[in-house]
Amino acid sequence: MSASTEERPSPSTDPQELARLEQEWGERPSVHSFFSTVDHKRIGRRYMITAGAFFILAGMDAMVMRTQLARPNASILSPEEYDQLFTMHGTAMIFLVATPMFFGFGNFLVPLMIGARDMAFPRLNAFGYWVFLFAGSIMFGSQFLGKAPDGGWFGYVPLTDRPYSLGINLDVYSLGLLFLGVSTTIGAINFIVTALKLRAPGMSLNRVPLFVWAIVGTSFMVIFALPALNLDNAMLFLDRRFGAHFFDPHDGGSTLLWQHLFWIFGHPDVYIIVMPALGIVSAVLPAFCRRGVVAYPLMVLAIVTISIISFGVWVHHMFATGLPQLSYSFFSAASTLITIPSGIQIIGWLATMLRGRIVVRTPFLFVVGFIVTFVLGGFTGVMFAITAFDQQVTDSYFVVAHFHYVLFGGAVFPMIAGVYYWLPKFTGKMFSERLGRWAFWLVFIGFNTTFFPMHVAGLFGMPRRVYTYPGDLGWNIPNLISTIGAYVLAVGLLLVLIGVIHAIRRGAPAEDDPWGGDTLEWGTASPPKPYNFAVVPLVHSLHPMWDERTRTALVEGTILTGHRAVQTSELDGQHERVLEMPEPALVPFVNAVGILVVVLGLLWGWYWVAGAGAVIVAGSLARWLWPPERTPEEAGVAR
Amino acid sequence: MRRRGGHGTGTRRVRPAPALVLLLLLAGCSGGSQSTLHASGAGARRTEGLWWLFFWISVAVFAEVMTLLGWALWRRRRATARVRGGDALGMVSVLGVAIPFVILAVVYGIGLHDLNALASPPGKNAAVNIEVVGHRWWWEVHYPDQPAAVTANEIHIPIGESVRVRLRTADVQHSFWVPNLMPKTDLIAGKVNETWLYTDEAGNYRGQCAEYCGQQHAFMAFLVVAEPRAQFDAWVTAQAQPTTPTLTAAQQRGKAVFEQGSCASCHTVRGTSADGTVGPDLTTIGSRWSIGAGAAPNDAGHLGGWIANSQTIKPGNAMPPQPVAAQDLPDLVAYLQSLK
Amino acid sequence: MTAVAKEATQAQALATEMPSGRTTGWWGMILFVTTEATFFAAALGSYFYIRFQSGQWPPPGIEDPKLTKVLFMTALLLPSSLPVMWAERGIRKGQRWRLRAGLAITLVLGLAFLGMQVWEYSEDLKKHTFTTDAYSSLFYGITTFHGFHVAVGLLMVGWLLAASLRGSFGYRRHERVRLTAIYWHFVDVVWVAIFLSLYLSPRL
Repeated sequence: MSASTEERPSPSTDPQELARLEQEWGERPSVHSFFSTVDHKRIGRRYMITAGAFFILAGMDAMVMRTQLARPNASILSPEEYDQLFTMHGTAMIFLVATPMFFGFGNFLVPLMIGARDMAFPRLNAFGYWVFLFAGSIMFGSQFLGKAPDGGWFGYVPLTDRPYSLGINLDVYSLGLLFLGVSTTIGAINFIVTALKLRAPGMSLNRVPLFVWAIVGTSFMVIFALPALNLDNAMLFLDRRFGAHFFDPHDGGSTLLWQHLFWIFGHPDVYIIVMPALGIVSAVLPAFCRRGVVAYPLMVLAIVTISIISFGVWVHHMFATGLPQLSYSFFSAASTLITIPSGIQIIGWLATMLRGRIVVRTPFLFVVGFIVTFVLGGFTGVMFAITAFDQQVTDSYFVVAHFHYVLFGGAVFPMIAGVYYWLPKFTGKMFSERLGRWAFWLVFIGFNTTFFPMHVAGLFGMPRRVYTYPGDLGWNIPNLISTIGAYVLAVGLLLVLIGVIHAIRRGAPAEDDPWGGDTLEWGTASPPKPYNFAVVPLVHSLHPMWDERTRTALVEGTILTGHRAVQTSELDGQHERVLEMPEPALVPFVNAVGILVVVLGLLWGWYWVAGAGAVIVAGSLARWLWPPERTPEEAGVAR
Repeated sequence: MRRRGGHGTGTRRVRPAPALVLLLLLAGCSGGSQSTLHASGAGARRTEGLWWLFFWISVAVFAEVMTLLGWALWRRRRATARVRGGDALGMVSVLGVAIPFVILAVVYGIGLHDLNALASPPGKNAAVNIEVVGHRWWWEVHYPDQPAAVTANEIHIPIGESVRVRLRTADVQHSFWVPNLMPKTDLIAGKVNETWLYTDEAGNYRGQCAEYCGQQHAFMAFLVVAEPRAQFDAWVTAQAQPTTPTLTAAQQRGKAVFEQGSCASCHTVRGTSADGTVGPDLTTIGSRWSIGAGAAPNDAGHLGGWIANSQTIKPGNAMPPQPVAAQDLPDLVAYLQSLK
Repeated sequence: MTAVAKEATQAQALATEMPSGRTTGWWGMILFVTTEATFFAAALGSYFYIRFQSGQWPPPGIEDPKLTKVLFMTALLLPSSLPVMWAERGIRKGQRWRLRAGLAITLVLGLAFLGMQVWEYSEDLKKHTFTTDAYSSLFYGITTFHGFHVAVGLLMVGWLLAASLRGSFGYRRHERVRLTAIYWHFVDVVWVAIFLSLYLSPRL
């Protein structure tokens, strides 16, 4: 079970068979194939590129805000502009960047890591991407028109309800997030089913890579958390547009209902964002420690526990709303406890490093940066679990510092680590290590310079979401330092981008397994062939690529012919049957366009347009799922 | 951890903390009058104590993690470094589960104790009741014990006594926060929340809305003035009186402008015919610490500018630009400044 | 796909008689129904949250929902799961006529349910509408959303019926029948929860 550096024997499999496989799975580049592709690798890359573009836009929002806040009483931005910027920055980073980016990683990697040829529902996968693209475009489009949501990413009523918010801004928010929810939900379902049913034979649950576990845990949280947000936004839209009274205290409604539902979603969502990142850390470490992550059962248990406890902590976002003390003490206890599974993982990674032989490369540096910042974010996280202290620092810059340590430190550092680690697999090219190290140090220093002083500003009493501040309250220096840090951070992130572009255009061709990784994706070509694995892998251990048996079988086994994949049993990964995989199709794209028409019709109040969109959706779904005509013999008819 | 009385000054906070923290704390201590680390109230002192407890625990645990990390990185440089097998279940269980659990249990217990302490003011019975109504973007303040006493953006409290504060909102959600004195309590539509204030130290404590409430959330500040009982009583009694100033000729003309112009339709000046209720009660505007809830200092220039076009000072606030003739404006300002 | 490959795979499909294990489609539908059920649970949770914050329920001026029609509606919808089950069992044995007949009966029952709901609304709306107060918004919001699910379910059943008339299903191939059945049972069960919460509980 050690990383082997010896040469693998060259594939001895029949080149004719391979060519035929390639023909059956390959999609020739064309306009038609652009819209009809169902290849999880293309879709995964698209998710990542689109989320990356949104990351740049939302990051630019932040830069403008930081410029405004560099000095007291600045007037670079009007209050309305500032409100739209901070709302879009938060909403986009949470919904349009973090989750889709990790869905992109998951899309590309989950099938490869479990030795599958595609996702369980390839067309649904394509559909999910298009919906995400359209929803994100609507939301950022509204910003270019100056009509972006301005009620904060948390959209508290009554501020976001009539009569305090009359423009279209909050309709964009509620409908945009509902629209996006479609994509996130089916993406989650797809991940779970893929991980349950398409694992390579032999990959029983105790041999599933931690990254896949993390994606599955995330997906289960999505399944149970997202409905609360969808309900919230549906009710908000009905209140605003059709005069319902769900959140109107004058007619029996409740404003706190919004907050409860929002945070029943919102807190699990923190883990929905962070957990795939923790999965990336567990995937990256083995290659650079030359051994597997220690305490695998505890690591899995940590993922499962977080997924469950995360549903019992939402009230810690509402510690100042005047709820009964008893409920505070319960939610405070749960919120304190949830740090333990994260602690398990941190110590697990440290133990892995201590027991391994560390090789320092750019992805590993970002993992180290992640550990340092995430631990700091964890400390302030515990502080927010303690109700009395929370009441003092909530809604101040202290909380801004806290969640940037958790979300940037906890999610973006691993994200970048993942980009570097899998870049050879994504693109077939190697990146420049020197550029990578420069980027790391700039990002690390820039990040801490930006966000550490925010703790201080918050403790000094600076509330968050203010477009400017008076100059005599001791907030000037921390704010100026933050702004300087933000520019350094931006340069660092730019270097990451340049590194990726440089690798794609000028990088040296990557080997199939440049790091000596332990999981199955390294058993494919760089970038992988359209069919991923010619031979369906046989898994004998937790680290299949460090296992001679699997490696030999990959080369010497029989090719699974046709546009087919293998279905296995949920727990033991035993072979069940061979599946015919769906061909590329335009219908997912058409269906997504149909929903886009519905959303735009609702947004502008052209309800007949929305109706027409609904017809497109129903029609394309009926077409999509229409069963092929079968002879009685094929279908199986009695007598 | 520290839990003692007395006003915290900047120098007392200096500790052998990481350089950056120290630097920033010092930088801030020179000016901050809204700092949670300058606790003067019974509530804020508890949370300040919690902060230093958390701070030192965090320093200790961070040191532990960094030691492990540093050790791992240093170890690789040794020639004998090799991959070790085993699952380190023991290490993960002790360092990752057992020790954190003990620390968290202690922290949680202390936090619970402080939470209970924050539930009610020292001495249980409040001597003074105050009612605060949040508006976009200013604070309406009532003293129910003297029903006529109404003011805005300024709260006076007696020192050494518990003050009960009832919080309502007239529109969207706000949050009542006086960092030196007391943690936050939200003002929620359709609900009345309660908090309290207690301090033994006379002084001015700046407070600010802490829940995003729209365009001018940044300028929804107020001042808590803690003073000895006698001064407080005198102040409340004065607030409750209708205005009866002896006016100069200019102020007289200003009064006429106020009552006959649009001012009176939104503002009240008790003792005159002005009885609007849209904006703040201006009966004592001349004595307040600021105009526009912290948007500008309360002086003649800003007051005149505010009347002419408050939208340039606090964009989005409910007061439209006033078509007051140029020759009337100084009189109007003089009149308002006489209202104390 | 080449003709040769197609032939080969079809031969293989015929060769696999009774595939083992839950299918990907089954899991997909179960998870979809789970997340939908969570949505309904959140909606009913909101109903009770607002109810327990209000004094009188329904609010003054609105009488308790009438039960007669709703009981009848329940009597239509609940048994409509039985013909679906019967149809599914039938097609598992390859009996197409049972599939067609079962789906047709379900379609009729479901349409009758929707018709009754429209009739009930026409009387309720005379007393209070969606915009009267929070109670009304919840009442109409939740029942309409369920009605929408019934309508979607009926579209699926009708679509399935059309496909079955053309002859796509048999004992080897009936995955879509199974999935539609799961969805229809779900719509049914949710109605029980709605009936208990919105119609019965205010009388308790």
